[in-house]
Amino acid sequence: MATQHSRSAARLMMAPAVMLLLGWMLVPLIMTLMFSFKKYLPLRGGDLGWVGFDNYIRFVSSSSFWPSVMTTLIIVGGVLLITLVLGTLLALLLDQPMWGQGVVRILVIAPFFVMPTVSALVWKNMFMDANYGLLSYLWEFFGAEPIQWMSQASLTSIITIVSWQWLPFATLILLTAIQSLDHEQLEASEMDGATTLKRFWHIVLPHLSRAITVVLLIQTIFLLSIFAEIFVTTAGAFGSKTLTYLIFQRVLESQNVGLGSAGGVYAIILANIVAIFLMRIVGQNLDK
Amino acid sequence: MARAVSFNRKTVNTALAWAIGLLIFFPILWTILTSFKTEGQAIADPPIFLMFDWTLENYAIVQERSDYLKFLTNSVIIAGGSTLLGILVAVPAAWSMAFVPSKRTKDILLWMLSTKMLPAVGVLYPIYLIFIELGLLDTKIGLVVVLMLINLPIIVWMLYTYFKEIPSEILEAARMDGASLRSEILYVLTPMAIPGIASTILLNFILAWNEAFWTLNLTAAQAAPLTAFIASYSSPEGLFYAKLSAASTMAIAPILVLGWFSQKQLVRGLTFGAVK
Amino acid sequence: MIRKTSLGVALAVSLATSTAALAETITIATVNNGDMIRMQGYTDQFTQQTGINVEWVTLEENVLRQRVTTDITTKGGAFDIMTIGMYETPIWGANGWLVPLHKNVNFNTNNLSAAYDVDDLLPAMRGGLSHEGTLYAAPFYGESSMIMYRTDLMAKAGMSMPDAPTWEFIAKAAAAMTDRSNDINGVCLRGKAGWGEGGAFITAMSNSFGARWFDMDWNAQFDTKPWADTLNFFKNMMDASGPKGYATNGFNENLSLFQQGKCGMWIDATVAASFVTNPKDSTVADKVGFALAPDTGLGKRSNWLWAWALAIPAGTQKEKAALQFIEWATSKDYIELVAAKEGWANVPPGARVSLYENDNYKKVPFAQMTLDSILSADPNNSTVEPSPYVGIQFAAIPEFAGIATQVSQEFSAAYAGQQSVEEALGKAQDITNEAMEAAGYR
Repeated sequence: MATQHSRSAARLMMAPAVMLLLGWMLVPLIMTLMFSFKKYLPLRGGDLGWVGFDNYIRFVSSSSFWPSVMTTLIIVGGVLLITLVLGTLLALLLDQPMWGQGVVRILVIAPFFVMPTVSALVWKNMFMDANYGLLSYLWEFFGAEPIQWMSQASLTSIITIVSWQWLPFATLILLTAIQSLDHEQLEASEMDGATTLKRFWHIVLPHLSRAITVVLLIQTIFLLSIFAEIFVTTAGAFGSKTLTYLIFQRVLESQNVGLGSAGGVYAIILANIVAIFLMRIVGQNLDK
Repeated sequence: MARAVSFNRKTVNTALAWAIGLLIFFPILWTILTSFKTEGQAIADPPIFLMFDWTLENYAIVQERSDYLKFLTNSVIIAGGSTLLGILVAVPAAWSMAFVPSKRTKDILLWMLSTKMLPAVGVLYPIYLIFIELGLLDTKIGLVVVLMLINLPIIVWMLYTYFKEIPSEILEAARMDGASLRSEILYVLTPMAIPGIASTILLNFILAWNEAFWTLNLTAAQAAPLTAFIASYSSPEGLFYAKLSAASTMAIAPILVLGWFSQKQLVRGLTFGAVK
Repeated sequence: MIRKTSLGVALAVSLATSTAALAETITIATVNNGDMIRMQGYTDQFTQQTGINVEWVTLEENVLRQRVTTDITTKGGAFDIMTIGMYETPIWGANGWLVPLHKNVNFNTNNLSAAYDVDDLLPAMRGGLSHEGTLYAAPFYGESSMIMYRTDLMAKAGMSMPDAPTWEFIAKAAAAMTDRSNDINGVCLRGKAGWGEGGAFITAMSNSFGARWFDMDWNAQFDTKPWADTLNFFKNMMDASGPKGYATNGFNENLSLFQQGKCGMWIDATVAASFVTNPKDSTVADKVGFALAPDTGLGKRSNWLWAWALAIPAGTQKEKAALQFIEWATSKDYIELVAAKEGWANVPPGARVSLYENDNYKKVPFAQMTLDSILSADPNNSTVEPSPYVGIQFAAIPEFAGIATQVSQEFSAAYAGQQSVEEALGKAQDITNEAMEAAGYR
């Protein structure tokens, strides 16, 4: 249906966005690639020449590498799981008739507006602090020994904080999807005697698959690069070092730009593996 | 939509939803409450919820130490500028992807999204060097451009899903009537897309407002937005919960209020094409 | 509205500059510590005196380090003055990244003035902020570390603190002072990961146990007995008498614990003395005693040496104005100004000899012990066995911050009980040797 004319016009219109992003991707990428093959130590005079694949080998052979990949996957996976499950339940609840639905929605959406630094600071200090944190008082109130969140449960803490930030997003998307569900179909099946669980499994969940895909995709993109939440809370201690954080340590704390850049290239590869995975397995949902 | 539900069930729903809503909101509420306490009351054991001596002194201290209005203005300019610039670049792109799709459209979209996965810390040095070279360090325009680029994929995608929902028959009809490409976009498409554009603007304003890596690392005194303002209250010497809470409240209040007032528009746009 | 006002202001400013041509603005990056925040409050006086405007970028310590390091290594020029420490100054000075403040033959006009009296700086501070005899940063305040303890709790435990105690005594006193039912911990120490936090503490402590980071060939020494002794002693004492969650406690956390009356003893920076004795913030202000940091009889004590100092990055266009500010902020007059407004206990300590000769300051309870601690610290000779590095709680080599942060993360994990002391030391050994190899030392 599209004419040759409109095709070239379309290309022209896409050009600025594509060119800009291409530049944004390529210029740093090329510089990162270049640094990654160099011994580049800013505190020792900067560029100290080419070193081949040394940085790449050194980055993976470091004892922190595989744990950091695992930590990344655990955090991303954990947050996705929590936000999807709780988000679905919350969306189902919010879809029910009730008084003050608008106000509840405002309450639920609020964490999405809080900047990551602020939410990490607030959670770390005012809730999870071992001495003055509100959760410590709560545990003590019930006679339990307070948890030292940042050290004993570092990953749980970070996953909790990040999930709190992203739950509104998941809930809202899933809620919009649920609201478009054909309620008569649901009611009919209810009459047929289908249990709540069955109805959820056979009618609601398939309907939500597209929304779940979107939540998965968007959140993964943001979660792979979370930084502030770790920097503020544990600074990478107690097994909470993600790949992004490990790169930060190499580049800024150790001032080894070459090594960090090699890590950056690995991170890009990891991100692309995840992206391909999402495109192939989940992305198909989008075409339906 | 009228569904017959028993009074009881509605009561239970209401109670449950409110309880969960308040639980989710509680950290923010607690921060706001703490900002009105003295430092001593902020760590009182047991915690005090409402019966404390409400004071504004934390706000006074924070304002005296840092010029809140300057940070606020910078945040507004940077978040607003990057969003508007992003919309300008993204609308044509999303339009052509939605109405003149090719085999590669989907790939281009996903490629765009994948550029967001570049770990920012890994490219700090390259970007910092480029910024020095171009004289963009600590300028608002530099941050506007960077944040625009960061959020562009999201903007394009949101607009794309929006435009795709506009029936192409309408465009065909307009074309038959001899409408030019320009007037097609201006008079036919735009009015239909305004709700979508509005929610895209809102979401990206929020994302840009909350971006804390580049805004912190590429600024000094001139262009620093509220994310940098917060960094001076994060762990000073001595008790700081009340002051931190006041600074946090000041940093999130504008966006929270904006978000609440426009939540209907925002929610409509947050679907990302999740609903068909 | 805002637009209009700022336009008006811009107009006014441009008019003012065109007539006066003096209104220069310098940008200063600093840390959000109490003394720096106080200094910001007095900046107006500097502007009145000189016509130079000052813009502050106040950041939390870790963010500040990251920010200024990026800027100095890339020669970004975002700041005219940077607040840095004793670790950064000699390294950056050696790289030619800082403007020499004294003994600068080429830029004689830009040297610190005679009235500044550079010879009045405490030799330890001046030495630590110099490279090959040239001063590269002016100390705003300096510190060592010492014991701060609760005199009332010590008496209650039936003990008395010697002026120079041993670690053995500290452990015993800590156990005696601990009262879990009243939430009183015998001793509070830094366990938080980070080279400037728990890393600094354990390194200074290890000196007194005869440990060192490197031998003369830059081999890591974490597989030696003194390190195992240090870490085991620390962990055993803290498990028995320290606060819960000490593995995440840094300077700040311990400060508020002490101020709230929850610590019997606290070994930390001497600057903390003015915070714990200030009745406005501290509930135990009148019950604090001081003593030298402990030792084990091997000849080295476990106190460190540090200064927060102001430096000018090379290449700034506003060198002269920056120097003027540094002269003002680190001068004797500034100390007098703070003393007059807020009392002698609140002046920036540890930088100048004359301060400790001042009769008014001698009355401040912690003055003498602070001076004694600073004087007993020797960065050039910090370990029992010889070591190739300068620095007490750090080794002044560019790689140290990165290595020590990772090492201290392993230590913190051991404090939290997630791994044994042996495992932590083993990993520390590997991390350090790996990084030293990458840097080309070995």
